[in-house]
Amino acid sequence: MGSALWVSSGAGLSGLLTGCTKPTPQAQAIVSPDVPMIPETQQTFSWFSVDEATIRKVMAELTARGADAADLYFQYSRSNSITMEDGIISRAASSIDQGVGLRVVVGDQTGYAFTEDLSVEAMIAAARTASSIAHSGAAAAPVELNTRKHADYYPMQRSWVDVGIAEKLPIIQRLDGMARKLESAVDKVTVSWADAEETILIVDMHGNVVTDSRPMTRLWCMVTAKKGDVSQSNSSNMAARQGIDWYTDERLQQVAQEAIDRTMILFEARRPPAGELPVVLAAGASGILLHEAIGHGMEADFNRKGTSIYADMLGKEVAPDFVTIVDNGTQAHERGALNVDDEGCPCERTVLVENGRLASYLHDSISARHYGVAPTGSGRRESFRDIPMPRMRSTYMENGPHTRDEIIAAVKNGIIAETFTNGQVQIGAGDFTFYIKNGWLIEDGKITAPIKDINIIGNGPDALRNVTMVADDTKLDFGGWTCGKNGQSVPVSQGMPTTLVSKLVVGGENV
Amino acid sequence: MSDLLHSAEAAVKIAKKAGADDAWAAVSRNRSVSHSFRDGKLESVEESTSRGLGISIYADGRYSSHSTTDLRDDRLESFITEAVALTRALQPDPFRKIPDPSLFADRPDVELERLDPALAGVSADDRLGWCRELDARVHADERVISATSGVFSGESEGASASSNGFRGEWDGGYLGYSATATVREGEDKRPEGSYFAYGRFLDSLPTPTEVAAEALKRTLDRLGSTKGPTRKATMVVDQQAAVSLLSRLMGPASAASIQQGRSFWAGKAGEKLFSKRLTVVDDPLIPRGVASRHFDSEGISAKKIPLIEAGVVRNYYVDTYYGRKLDLAPTTGSASNRIVTLGDKSLEQLLRAVGKGIYVTTWLGGNSDATTGDFSLGLRGHLIENGKVGAPISEMNVTGNLAELFSRLVMLGNDPYPYSSLRAPSMVFEDVDFSGA
Repeated sequence: MGSALWVSSGAGLSGLLTGCTKPTPQAQAIVSPDVPMIPETQQTFSWFSVDEATIRKVMAELTARGADAADLYFQYSRSNSITMEDGIISRAASSIDQGVGLRVVVGDQTGYAFTEDLSVEAMIAAARTASSIAHSGAAAAPVELNTRKHADYYPMQRSWVDVGIAEKLPIIQRLDGMARKLESAVDKVTVSWADAEETILIVDMHGNVVTDSRPMTRLWCMVTAKKGDVSQSNSSNMAARQGIDWYTDERLQQVAQEAIDRTMILFEARRPPAGELPVVLAAGASGILLHEAIGHGMEADFNRKGTSIYADMLGKEVAPDFVTIVDNGTQAHERGALNVDDEGCPCERTVLVENGRLASYLHDSISARHYGVAPTGSGRRESFRDIPMPRMRSTYMENGPHTRDEIIAAVKNGIIAETFTNGQVQIGAGDFTFYIKNGWLIEDGKITAPIKDINIIGNGPDALRNVTMVADDTKLDFGGWTCGKNGQSVPVSQGMPTTLVSKLVVGGENV
Repeated sequence: MSDLLHSAEAAVKIAKKAGADDAWAAVSRNRSVSHSFRDGKLESVEESTSRGLGISIYADGRYSSHSTTDLRDDRLESFITEAVALTRALQPDPFRKIPDPSLFADRPDVELERLDPALAGVSADDRLGWCRELDARVHADERVISATSGVFSGESEGASASSNGFRGEWDGGYLGYSATATVREGEDKRPEGSYFAYGRFLDSLPTPTEVAAEALKRTLDRLGSTKGPTRKATMVVDQQAAVSLLSRLMGPASAASIQQGRSFWAGKAGEKLFSKRLTVVDDPLIPRGVASRHFDSEGISAKKIPLIEAGVVRNYYVDTYYGRKLDLAPTTGSASNRIVTLGDKSLEQLLRAVGKGIYVTTWLGGNSDATTGDFSLGLRGHLIENGKVGAPISEMNVTGNLAELFSRLVMLGNDPYPYSSLRAPSMVFEDVDFSGA
């Protein structure tokens, strides 16, 4: 309950199209059909066993009591997972999830219902439930349906639907073999595979239709090594909106090597001294800091409600002028990439902080209407069961003026953080955390002893002000991240150049 | 026979017909309603009825599991048939067998009171009325910028059938209230606090007003918080924070974690690993318990299982698969209600006895390593000064090792947290490493 916000690597096994343009005084006047129904869309309709007449009927029921906006979100997702444990492919799982979510928006109020049963009767009943939020006369129902085109940031040579299990097993076995071969102290290797393909169909009250097909895959390698009585475990993973050809031997070798290196170093690692220290964030996964320290706080629902620490800060200086932070849904094949958001709005590159100044929030259609701006393509939902809200896609910092070597040389007594498991933020107070799995002490400008298992806690605006150096080596993390907000999980990416934050509270031992 | 049990049996038949040696199917249906109310106005209403089917397939010594929400007859038949074919493409696993029917014997029939008949009579007007009560009380301080309240409930029913004779049905329901408030502090800071209560029976819940009052108190308690000190100190953890800490401790207490070499509990059965004050039992048979059940997901008949007795490890969570791998008799693969033996002091008495230290009310982020027990957590709470709750603190971490921490558990409260299947009271730990200013 409350608003738990987190991001996790999860490696421990364990729409509204009218909103997509600038609001105009006559909301009905901004329908701008791209093309009439195209064959691909017709195919998607028939997959869900619906036709135009059914859609119009359900939409009429959904908007019968009035609506500023209304949409139907059909989703069909098919996912597969395979696990190799103790040297054999010991289990597999598959799942089909299908349904439609129906939404009515009146001002900032939302009525929502979903059904997995795609019969007309079930959809009409759900539409009636969702419409109960509204209390005026019927809104105009769509006259005709028009397909909207969009970019394709994840073109696939072969859909996962066409890849059989026989092609996946050798990849899993190769990774298992690579990890075992690299290190004799390895006791256990678990390789875990996931692939998924989802088709979505969004229809709004103006008859705009958007479809998207979204692939996703991920491969983990978890290792436990044993030295005497002491065991240590760690993992690595790779994730993207890619197909089976992405799994080259080179990439598999990288994952195996990372899993082994990250595990073996734990035998020598210790805890740093407790207290406030300078923290160097290594290039890549350290983008977790941005996700927590500023990303969530820039989601416009929190700002619209006045509950974010960044609520009155647009245009203000929040960081040194060499800091530019971006949330981008358009990077080809990235886990956080999206052709359109879950309200059907095209995704874009949104600059959150430009040369140190707060530039833009991340909007869904409700917040975009509230602020009178164009949506940023950030309205996302976990599935057809959920109400969309502003979310991050791929969050990273652009290159700065320094080099990695200069940054490390500048630290007298601190740490460098390399791998992470999870982070969290308390949006109003601005307090955020992230958990470092692997890192190193920095003493007198040199990287010295390995450290492990420490939480970092800081305050978002303080941490941004305390960014004192940013290097020129920005990159996105190779591994996959999942972001949680109000109980909904969505895939994200994150990245960072090597960066120095002059002061954060580091977990550790009191010596 | 219910329609759900009939569907489960039909799915098992399809699997057998497609060539499976054995199959286990579960079918469920859920209805949920949630209202969210913000600053005097309804913000959202969500309502749904949901259903799904899960099936595990055993074929030629191979195993896989599948789930679907597409229950159209033709699609379901092809889904299960494809699932059997997929299973055959895997490798044989000598340890994988359908749970032995002897585990289904002696199923208890005690009334678990999982479904409150009163839930069906709760109207939309009732829910809105509770929302207004929550909203009014959580706004009872002029510093509140915004507050969101919620009323949520669900009802579910399900049935399982297996090819080797298991038949089981269940139902259940819950209702809860939540409130979250944000207050302004200084120029930019907007601390928030929240509270919720939920349970199986309406008449065992506090009033919406009580829940909202606690949420507001927790929010106002955050005002003026500063970074606490870097030092070793005695830590008092409140009941809600204790639930989360104990659940981290017990997470790796499973045959699955142990067999995979990722558990600091490995090889500790019969040994004293924690403080003698710690006793925990898994009890699936408590009436109205939020995790009460007559059988688990493998059909194993429910019984009380001692996990930790006076600090000594007595049992792990053992499912049939990893039990076979480790040569351990199955207990159950998943936790039900976990009950902690209480101490005799109230939270106030614990704080008085401690005198000076740090009182943790909320964890923020952090993690632990299941293999070693090493942990580090962010926290918010208060200083303990002169045996009383003192100044609020934030931006601090606590770091250590879970097994060592629970060996320094010196006192427990008499105040079990009621809104979790893990019923833990407030706890006191000595010599804990804090980092702050």
